[in-house]
Amino acid sequence: MDGFKEMNAVVVKSVVHDYPAKRKTVARRALNDVSFSVAEGELFGLLGPNGGGKSTLFRILATSFAPTSGSVSILGRDLIANPESVRPFLGVVFQYPSLDNRLTVRENLVHGGRLYGLSGPTLTARIDEMLGHYRLSARASDLCGALSGGLRRRTELAKSLLHKPKVILLDEPSTGLDPAARQDLWEHLMTLKAEGATILTTTHLMDEGDRCDRVAILDQGKIVAIGTPTALKAEIGGDVITIETNDASGLRDEITKRFGVTPQAFGGQLRLERASGHAFIPQLVEAFPGRLRTVSLSRPSLEDAFLHHAGRRFSDSHEEAQKK
Amino acid sequence: MTALMTLWERDIIRFFRDKPRVIGGLVPPIVFWFLIGTGLGTSVRVPGAPEDLSFLQYFYAGTLVLIVLFTSIFATISIIEDRREGFLQAVLVAPVSRLSIVLGKVMGASTVGLAQGLAFLLLAGAAGLHPGFHGYALAFAVLTLASVGLTGLGFCIAWVLDSSQGFHAVMNLFLIPMWMLSGALFPAAAAPRFLRAVIALNPVAYSVTGLQRALLPSVVAQDSASMGACLAILAAFAALMLTLSVFVASRRTHDI
Repeated sequence: MDGFKEMNAVVVKSVVHDYPAKRKTVARRALNDVSFSVAEGELFGLLGPNGGGKSTLFRILATSFAPTSGSVSILGRDLIANPESVRPFLGVVFQYPSLDNRLTVRENLVHGGRLYGLSGPTLTARIDEMLGHYRLSARASDLCGALSGGLRRRTELAKSLLHKPKVILLDEPSTGLDPAARQDLWEHLMTLKAEGATILTTTHLMDEGDRCDRVAILDQGKIVAIGTPTALKAEIGGDVITIETNDASGLRDEITKRFGVTPQAFGGQLRLERASGHAFIPQLVEAFPGRLRTVSLSRPSLEDAFLHHAGRRFSDSHEEAQKK
Repeated sequence: MTALMTLWERDIIRFFRDKPRVIGGLVPPIVFWFLIGTGLGTSVRVPGAPEDLSFLQYFYAGTLVLIVLFTSIFATISIIEDRREGFLQAVLVAPVSRLSIVLGKVMGASTVGLAQGLAFLLLAGAAGLHPGFHGYALAFAVLTLASVGLTGLGFCIAWVLDSSQGFHAVMNLFLIPMWMLSGALFPAAAAPRFLRAVIALNPVAYSVTGLQRALLPSVVAQDSASMGACLAILAAFAALMLTLSVFVASRRTHDI
């Protein structure tokens, strides 16, 4: 490097967070020694299954509460000792909209903007701009309580970004948005990023992870991998081969014996990572005639990266989290 | 300051958009007042008061306090709604001091309570009370302080509770008796000694006494608190409740 050091907008160091035991719930460690940093102007994704700790981390970053231990700074300011110094620069988009249902869309924006110190013609101009951005102008005088989920989310986004925050935090921003609105959201995020904003978003959607400059994969309160989506996928040796079979465990052992690689078994599926997978498939098919129902070859996805690092499937951990 | 004003304004807009609440805070106490007041009529003798005093007149100040109590305190239930609907989470991460949040909320809710109280005050003439400008001004001062104090109390209760059902339970168990033991329904002088001790400690009692001194001095017993004492005690109560609200709201917890 030529001596130029990029400034970090967000620095998280050794953050641990415990939820104390309450009626009917046991104490739980939601974050376990989480450290990462986000450069200024970066679009950073926190990718992980539900219950992985994303929302806890989001709420700590949003200054809702302080972690049990560890340190967090945003734009060089200590978020834990002095949350007030950070709040003016944050734009927080909650997963469940923080709107007043008895107020109209415009009134929500007016009050939201004033909480961030905007007023008068500046506020009006910003509101009109955001209403246009999120195609809400025609609904500006509707009560928020009467809006559909997607429109409410768009209002929430417009409200949270009114004051041109330097650091934007989003918690599962696509929840409840239809594909067109999701497209609008991501286009707007890209514009904000081009204007210099630092963006940190949680998501459980792989394609959203792919749009980020870097992602941290969060599983069971720990960061299991961090890097650009390309790098994370490249860590997997070559291609991913998925085999469907009626005898997963038997076949796994035989593949291990014969080829010296151990596939991972999930239900009726075997999965293995291998360079030049296209050359390996014919060998497999010849070795086990009639025992493979389907064989597929794919380029590694972030889902594969999750599986590679967490040792289990993303969808499985989702279900586990929901059972809890 | 902008933040305080905007939260205040929001509460007032919400209140007037919610017609059942406007009616619910005002009409039931008036019906109470009319039915109990005319029902008991002159059959209840208030010690020391003129012979021809109707209970309707005695009960007027207590009803006024009931209206302010109901409206102010119910307005703070919106904190529970704000929390549940998610509005509060955004306010709490905005660059707004906890003091502004508390003041915005308390001012919003007490303005609403005060407005309802003033609407009832217009009926004073119909009740046969003619306090004059001075009396109305003092009544206004008492009502303002009382509604700020009661709203502050409501704020603390609503902040720590997570359901509006819980709030209603506290209301029935705690706030209604506070009102009953305030001299609103019966004069403190007529009560047994142990109740008189409770009444002396009850801030609501000073709003009733203050209002009676302003509107109908003839029913006030000789040894009850002076107007100055009532105003001072209500001001102290309001300040205490505001301080407590800021303290309660400053704790950072998970339950947002």
